[in-house]
Amino acid sequence: MERERKEFMVDQRELIHILHEVQNHYGYIPPQAISQISRKLRISESEIFGVLTFYKAFTLHPRGEHLITICMGTACHVRGAPMILDEFKRKLGVEPGETTGDNQFTLETVNCVGACALGPIAIGDGEYHGQMKTRDVDKIIEDLKPKKGKSAKNE
Amino acid sequence: MNEFNATHLDKIRDEISDSRKKQKTCITICGGTGCHAYGCLKVAEAFKEEIRKQKLQDSVEVRTTGCHGFCERGPIVVIQPEGIFYQRIKLSDINEVISETIINKKVINRLLYVDPRTNKEIILEKDVPFYKKQKRIVFSNNGFIDPTDIRDYIALGGYRALTKILFDMTSEEVIEEIKASGLRGRGGAGFLTGKKWEICRESNSHLKYVICNADEGDPGAYMDRSLLEGNPHSVIEGMIIGAYAIGASEGFIYVRMEYPLAVKNVTIALEQARKFGLLGKSILGSEFQFDIHIFKGAGAFVSGEETSLMASIEGRRAFPRQRPPFPAQEGLWGKPTNINNVETWANVPYIINNGAEWYSGIGTKGSKGTKIFSLVGKINNTGLVEVPMGMTLKEIIYAIGGGVKNHKKFKAVQTGGPSGGCIPADMLDLPIDFETLTKAGSMMGSGGMIVMDEDTCMVDVARYFLDFTQQESCGKCVPCRIGTRQLVEILTRITKGEGQEEDIDRLEDLARTIKAGSLCGLGQTAPNPVLTTLRYFKDEYEAHIRDKNCPALVCKELIIYHIEPQKCVGCLLCLKNCPVEAISGERKKVHVIDQDLCIKCGACFDVCPPKVQAVSKYTGKKRDRILQKPSEKRVQK
Ligand SMILES: Cc1cc2nc3c(=O)[nH]c(=O)nc-3n(C[C@H](O)[C@H](O)[C@H](O)COP(=O)(O)O)c2cc1C
Ligand code: FES
Repeated sequence: MERERKEFMVDQRELIHILHEVQNHYGYIPPQAISQISRKLRISESEIFGVLTFYKAFTLHPRGEHLITICMGTACHVRGAPMILDEFKRKLGVEPGETTGDNQFTLETVNCVGACALGPIAIGDGEYHGQMKTRDVDKIIEDLKPKKGKSAKNE
Repeated sequence: MNEFNATHLDKIRDEISDSRKKQKTCITICGGTGCHAYGCLKVAEAFKEEIRKQKLQDSVEVRTTGCHGFCERGPIVVIQPEGIFYQRIKLSDINEVISETIINKKVINRLLYVDPRTNKEIILEKDVPFYKKQKRIVFSNNGFIDPTDIRDYIALGGYRALTKILFDMTSEEVIEEIKASGLRGRGGAGFLTGKKWEICRESNSHLKYVICNADEGDPGAYMDRSLLEGNPHSVIEGMIIGAYAIGASEGFIYVRMEYPLAVKNVTIALEQARKFGLLGKSILGSEFQFDIHIFKGAGAFVSGEETSLMASIEGRRAFPRQRPPFPAQEGLWGKPTNINNVETWANVPYIINNGAEWYSGIGTKGSKGTKIFSLVGKINNTGLVEVPMGMTLKEIIYAIGGGVKNHKKFKAVQTGGPSGGCIPADMLDLPIDFETLTKAGSMMGSGGMIVMDEDTCMVDVARYFLDFTQQESCGKCVPCRIGTRQLVEILTRITKGEGQEEDIDRLEDLARTIKAGSLCGLGQTAPNPVLTTLRYFKDEYEAHIRDKNCPALVCKELIIYHIEPQKCVGCLLCLKNCPVEAISGERKKVHVIDQDLCIKCGACFDVCPPKVQAVSKYTGKKRDRILQKPSEKRVQK
């Protein structure tokens, strides 16, 4: 928090930049951050709330341990991305933007990651998986799950 | 005071070139995002490691460069100065490349690209058909320079255009030159760049801004990213030249947050440019002062629209506003602001260096120069292609793109992203420029070019784009907010087989209303995917509505998967891969899909061996006939 506090400037033009920093640091925007930003930048909390909910980059809830992102760009779409997304939705039991009940997985979609030659693409914790088929979905989820014996780190 | 001036820059350039000449061989590895996904970084590291091990670092350089464009074939390695082109390089190939090609000067045939048409191996990058038909100007240096080292750009003549305008040209002359070149904006609308600069220059204010629009919202286009990642200084040089012409003192590069590598490379490039006296106070010893900041977007398609983008930089929600006043009159914080697309800026140094006459000699009457397209979808050679305006779609798709993947039949090419449309096969002779594409009901847009084959459903494509714009609509104006939602509802209904006869008319009426009544370009162009597919592929809409038939076998609700009893060899593969256990059968016995349990994920279709191909998709009457057969209704477990 201290670091962010120093960087606050009395200027709305810093707002999105600060929100990026907070999001990066905590993985979401905690409520107390909103009131702090509000005091420092002298912008109303509702204005900040409006801005942060407008942009997809910012979330009000923490993400899960693992992030799975499915490319829904046009090239991936015509190569069958919707089938891949459906399978992830079914396997994880969540809709895009949601996190599984055990806080393990967050499912998200993105538009074109510039690897169209490899489409359809799924990204698991930053690792690209190209030419996805529905039957590859299981393996990606299993590989991300904590190995037996090792417990998840926030427990 | 700036210690660097123009003479220094020339001296540095000569020094770098001299030292480079001594170095004989350079292994360049494509470091674009596409190749990243293939693991190019590991390849580059391994090359460096091996060169070090063999103590070759004095005669051989390893350089990670910008995107080479031929993403289909990554990771790409080119051995300079010869230009030997190796593709799909694996870690296990590295030792052989060093021992054979670098030391023994022999070409390794197995790593070469084979022209599928002639079956001939091609040795040099420039002879690969994918590159041969292109005219690379803006992209010409991407494959040669390390984007994180400004000296690479300087050695190839970088910032020479800047020196020229600072000391030999007035700002009016710069604007005249850009006007005479005929350069038009590459961000979508194709406004004349020189004209835009002039309006901004004539606006009365002591504070002015320039912006580079790198929001690249088209979900199938990535040339702006490739330029920023691969050759950021060409964009920066263009911006400084523009700022000088307009009289701006501050600039912004607005980059999509989804492009972390671009953000990183631009940040490095800006720092280095400052160090070399190319940004900041008294640039290269002149009286001109200018600096650039980078601004990371936050994920909203509408923020690519110029007025929204400026709202976003100001720290507000990215709502568009009515124009006029245009940004050139009243832009960022109310000051005159000139906003151009990445590719537009990158063209500027080349025009200054080579002259307006040279530039206007390329392209068509109304559209000058080259354009970069991202050729993707069901195409053999996926990648970024730069071609002169006026090339036909056919040449791009077949001569450069190598035609449709898997010998399928071409159906359409989509250009212009969510604002564009689908162009059918009988229009492939269309020479592309701003006007012809608009006349065809589509758009140049930012240059996305998505090839679709017989397995692509055009109603589904229209629904895809409308779903996209509907989600991205900022909600400020009613026609766009409500209208796109209604379009999505109707299209979804049609893809589910619940379409009504009147839906086609409804779509057309709604589309016209949204086009006419929306506040910004997002809404005004959002109906284009619907209108063009209705214009060229009405039969597919009718098939969905009347016969509950998806001819391309895409729409889930209208198809079934079926195992052909006479083809099935009973290998259990599909059975094991079915995630919902809807398939029953035994080894060497015909398998059957329980249609009530099937979720149509396509796993059985994917795994059935190519030699067997027993799983088929059916729609329409054939589907109904199969569903009536008792055996398909329920299988005994
Ligand atoms: C909804 C919408 C999205 C846009 N997205 C982009 C974009 O991602 N990149 C871009 O350069 N221009 C985009 N534009 C066009 C810009 O508004 C603007 O015209 C352009 O940046 C001007 O630059 P140019 O003259 O160099 O083309 C978009 C326009 C609309 C209406
Ligand atoms: S559309 Fe998925 S990577 Fe481009």
